Amino acid sequence: MMELSMSLLLPLTFLLPLAGTLILSLSNGRLGECASATVGVTSMGLAAIVTVLIALQYIAEPQAYGVTLWRWISVEDFQPSIGLALDGLSLTMLGIITGVGFLIHLFAAWYMQGEEGITRFYAYMNLFVFSMVLLVLGDNLLLLFFGWEGVGLCSYLLIGYYYEHSANGWAAFKAFIVTRTGDVFLAIGMFLLFFELGTLDIAEILRRAPEVWAEGDPTVELAALLMLGGAVGKSAQLPLHTWLADAMAGPTPVSALIHAATMVTAGVYLIARMNGIFLLAPDILELTGIIGALTLLMAGFAALAQTDIKRVLAYSTMSQIGYMFLALGAGAFDAAIFHLMTHAFFKALLFLSAGAVIVSCHHEQDMRRLGGLWRQLPLAYAGFIVGGSALAALPLVSAGFYSKDEILWQQLASGHGGLLLAGMVGAFLTSLYTVRLIILTFHGKPKSDNARNAEAGRGLVHGVPLIVLAVLSTFLGAWIDPPLENLLPAPAEGEESWHLVLELVAAGVAIAGIAVAAWLYLRRRGWLAKHTSMGWGAWLWTFWNHAWGIDELYDRVLVKPYRGLVRILRRDVIDGACNLFAKLAWLLHQGLSRTQTGKLRFYATSMVAGATLILLALALMP
Amino acid sequence: MMLVWLILIPFIGGLLCWQFERLGDTAPRWIALGTMGLELLLTLWLWWGGDFQLPEIAGAQASQWVLEFRAPWIPRFGIDIHLALDGLSLILIALTGFLGVLAVVCSWKEIIGRVGFFHLNLLWILGGVVGVFLAIDLFLFFFFWELMLVPMYFLIALWGHSGTQGKTRIGAATKFFIYTQASGLLMLVAILGLAFAHHAATGIYSFSYDDLRNAPISDELAMWLMLGFFIAFAVKLPVVPLHGWLPDAHAQAPTAGSVDLAGILLKTAAYGMLRFTLPLFPEASQAFAPVAMTLGLVGIFYGALMACGQQDIKRLIAYTSISHMGFVLIGIYAGTQLALQGVVVLMVAHAFSAAGLFIMSGQIYERLHTRDMTQMGGLWGRLGSLPGFSLCFVAASLGMPGTANFIGEFMVLFGTFPIAPWVVAIASVGLVLAAIYSLFLMQRVYYGPAKSDEPLEGLDHREYVMLLGILALVLFFGLYPQPLLETSGAAMHEIQRLFTDPALTTTILPTGAS
Repeated sequence: MMELSMSLLLPLTFLLPLAGTLILSLSNGRLGECASATVGVTSMGLAAIVTVLIALQYIAEPQAYGVTLWRWISVEDFQPSIGLALDGLSLTMLGIITGVGFLIHLFAAWYMQGEEGITRFYAYMNLFVFSMVLLVLGDNLLLLFFGWEGVGLCSYLLIGYYYEHSANGWAAFKAFIVTRTGDVFLAIGMFLLFFELGTLDIAEILRRAPEVWAEGDPTVELAALLMLGGAVGKSAQLPLHTWLADAMAGPTPVSALIHAATMVTAGVYLIARMNGIFLLAPDILELTGIIGALTLLMAGFAALAQTDIKRVLAYSTMSQIGYMFLALGAGAFDAAIFHLMTHAFFKALLFLSAGAVIVSCHHEQDMRRLGGLWRQLPLAYAGFIVGGSALAALPLVSAGFYSKDEILWQQLASGHGGLLLAGMVGAFLTSLYTVRLIILTFHGKPKSDNARNAEAGRGLVHGVPLIVLAVLSTFLGAWIDPPLENLLPAPAEGEESWHLVLELVAAGVAIAGIAVAAWLYLRRRGWLAKHTSMGWGAWLWTFWNHAWGIDELYDRVLVKPYRGLVRILRRDVIDGACNLFAKLAWLLHQGLSRTQTGKLRFYATSMVAGATLILLALALMP
Repeated sequence: MMLVWLILIPFIGGLLCWQFERLGDTAPRWIALGTMGLELLLTLWLWWGGDFQLPEIAGAQASQWVLEFRAPWIPRFGIDIHLALDGLSLILIALTGFLGVLAVVCSWKEIIGRVGFFHLNLLWILGGVVGVFLAIDLFLFFFFWELMLVPMYFLIALWGHSGTQGKTRIGAATKFFIYTQASGLLMLVAILGLAFAHHAATGIYSFSYDDLRNAPISDELAMWLMLGFFIAFAVKLPVVPLHGWLPDAHAQAPTAGSVDLAGILLKTAAYGMLRFTLPLFPEASQAFAPVAMTLGLVGIFYGALMACGQQDIKRLIAYTSISHMGFVLIGIYAGTQLALQGVVVLMVAHAFSAAGLFIMSGQIYERLHTRDMTQMGGLWGRLGSLPGFSLCFVAASLGMPGTANFIGEFMVLFGTFPIAPWVVAIASVGLVLAAIYSLFLMQRVYYGPAKSDEPLEGLDHREYVMLLGILALVLFFGLYPQPLLETSGAAMHEIQRLFTDPALTTTILPTGAS
């Protein structure tokens, strides 16, 4: 009975959003704004309800459930299926995708009102959820890859949603290409795993891997490295992080759903899912942690020097995913997933609040032209305060504190002193930029007419998602315990007495950061402005504003040479070479047709000359 | 006899179209549609009723074919009209029928001059192609191989567009003809060489596939003959550096011509390699495989780079074909069951996606009267549901999972990995380049500010149904490729067996229940 209902419920989680997409895309423009939004939101709401039912069943009987819908491809031993697998990890992800996804869909109904092409918007959003659910439920790597590429495509479509501006199209283009570069690594990793293990089934891979490989075997290290390449691309970590900041060109609910709560965390999910492979490759696991640490620092500094609300949030997302990678690197998979969950709550809240600000201020999103909004936009302000405190890991009251603390503790427990230090510095930076973001947006005096004439959003559609997410971003959200027991490998055990010390230090760092930032941006603004506009300060500002110049570097090293190559080859050099034969034939034709002059005198002369030549040749021949 | 009818129907239909032109322009269209519809239905009927499972009887060569027809033609030289059908040819004939219907439907409004003669040429191309897919007498194969060129020449020369940069349709048609004709002659030489070698050894003239497959020839001669076949097919596939005719031919051909060219004429080359090059010269092909795979890689990258630099939308799509055919070449010469099956899926998938893209560019041309992408931009909001369809075909072209192209490409890559891991690793980079050129197309055509507010005509029912039909097939085979795989399984197994294990030319080893 249990199995039966599960095999019905599991497919529904992705079939419902798919149905939404199909209805919307086959409607051919006949659905109005309201009808489209209703279809899009309803399908998500139903998917969320289905998820609740699944969760209830799973809690009643926690075990791994599997449903095979059909055999996808069957050639010799290549037998990937369209099969779903549910365990605590995928259930956690599923809950985030459909739950937070539903709230964001709902909010989008308010955010997008009056925009052109709502049908298109919701069709993409539902398609995204469909792909994302496949990604987390797929029981084999090929189906996971299906979802993996699908979310990339939807991300592309939604970033470029406002197609009238070429810049948005190029931002979408960049996002797709950069993440696909990562995807190629993942694909090669799949080829390698299939070749070595003869299966793509994830459970089977994890079972066979320790039998085939010893810890530290070069092949398994390579396989893990390739998977890490995929994860790095999707999760916007160094060195494939450059797309995320530009991805903010999309509508804000898209940023909340795809570029904060779900898609960008797919890399974390992948590594947690393939934990067996990564545990066999300790060097790569170490590398994961280092990438996380570098990214969180890089993005933390970059976030300090942004002026666009959404770009601050984008860099902060990168930095928070850096924390998740940090946890993965220490083998603390459950801590990474826990932070993934709380981050989904508070970052979605921050993005939706930012969306509320942006729409209220007539699509102004530059902090230099906002300010003083806290009175006009109390709900958005509250959202920022709650979300921001979770982001800065304000002790005890915020969800972020509990998850981030766990990550830092695992660094200490597993003996990664350097990474712990990076995490602490990152925490300080997080507090700095969060406070800066809130103060510049909501305090001081309004700096433009758009900010002065802000109109607060109204209605349940606007308010409910913000309030629910705000509640989840407090310590109440941290009470949700992802059902990950016995599923992920246990992390290292540390000396418990140090845990409290670490907690106190971390809390101190967060509060110190907040205090310093508050002092700087409330009291010493003039001093700051002076020092960031000249000399070293200005240089540093530009450097961080451009996120350490990595974009420019790639532009020089990759994009320009590629374009140059294309320009050189444009005329098809090889074809040109082949055409030389035609040219040669034409030249011969030209040359010989010269001899056809039609003049008798010429013919007579050439005949005599020819005859003479032949006779001469005969005479001279030995 | 059924097989003869499969070939004759398009030829007869073509003649009828030509003669019934005097009844007005619509008559040939309907006759052509009916003819190709009939062809398609017959093939599907065969498919439905046929049994394409692995033959059980070991040693019996005849069991390789599902249907066979044999009648003497020139008995003096042992030339027969010998037709045979197996899973591979059946899939490709069904594809021909389907694309034939599409070609007729998509030129419904585009072609307005000499309608009857146009459809004569169109149907004769298709008849020739079906002949190529069925003939297993080598002389007959060559006959059909040449036969399909002539109507294609007329199609480009008479109904083509004169394109950008001073390229004319006559020039493109001539270039196409010379390339394929010259390479066809090489193949003729190779066929004759093989037949003479066989005669020298056995004293019997024969052009039969089965006889020649067992012809005792020296390794050196085998290499030269194999190269003769390979170059002929390489021109048609096309393999860089022999691809020069393709972009010109595509850019100047009418939509129906491009659809047929990309959809099935290119596939005859892959078919030829699978049917003739590998089984006739297994050792030589095996030795040549690294070169062929390298050429495949060059094709993937060169095609992709060239596609990025094009302004003419049809030239862009033409270069993407070159890139995709690189994967086909790699898969063929990898020779594992998985890779070969992948090649079949990829051929079908590419036929659909390329047809979809060419039809799309034809529809854009009908509305904007240009194929220059710098003149486009911002079309997203102006063309009704065409952008949505374009997006789907572009996604298919870049190998998005869920489309048949993904299945094909990834099966090829999975199947090639055990043979040549580095080739696969490098070819995978081609997936990024595929994304670059595909999205370039989207960016230039659909994104950016609209060039004018003037509304353009949306899709009518004919266009909508046509595109939806292709899309449905792309998605269906992307989610459930099993019908294709089961049909071609036995044929591909046979090829794989001959290719990878040349010693076993007479016995079929049971390889389990795969």
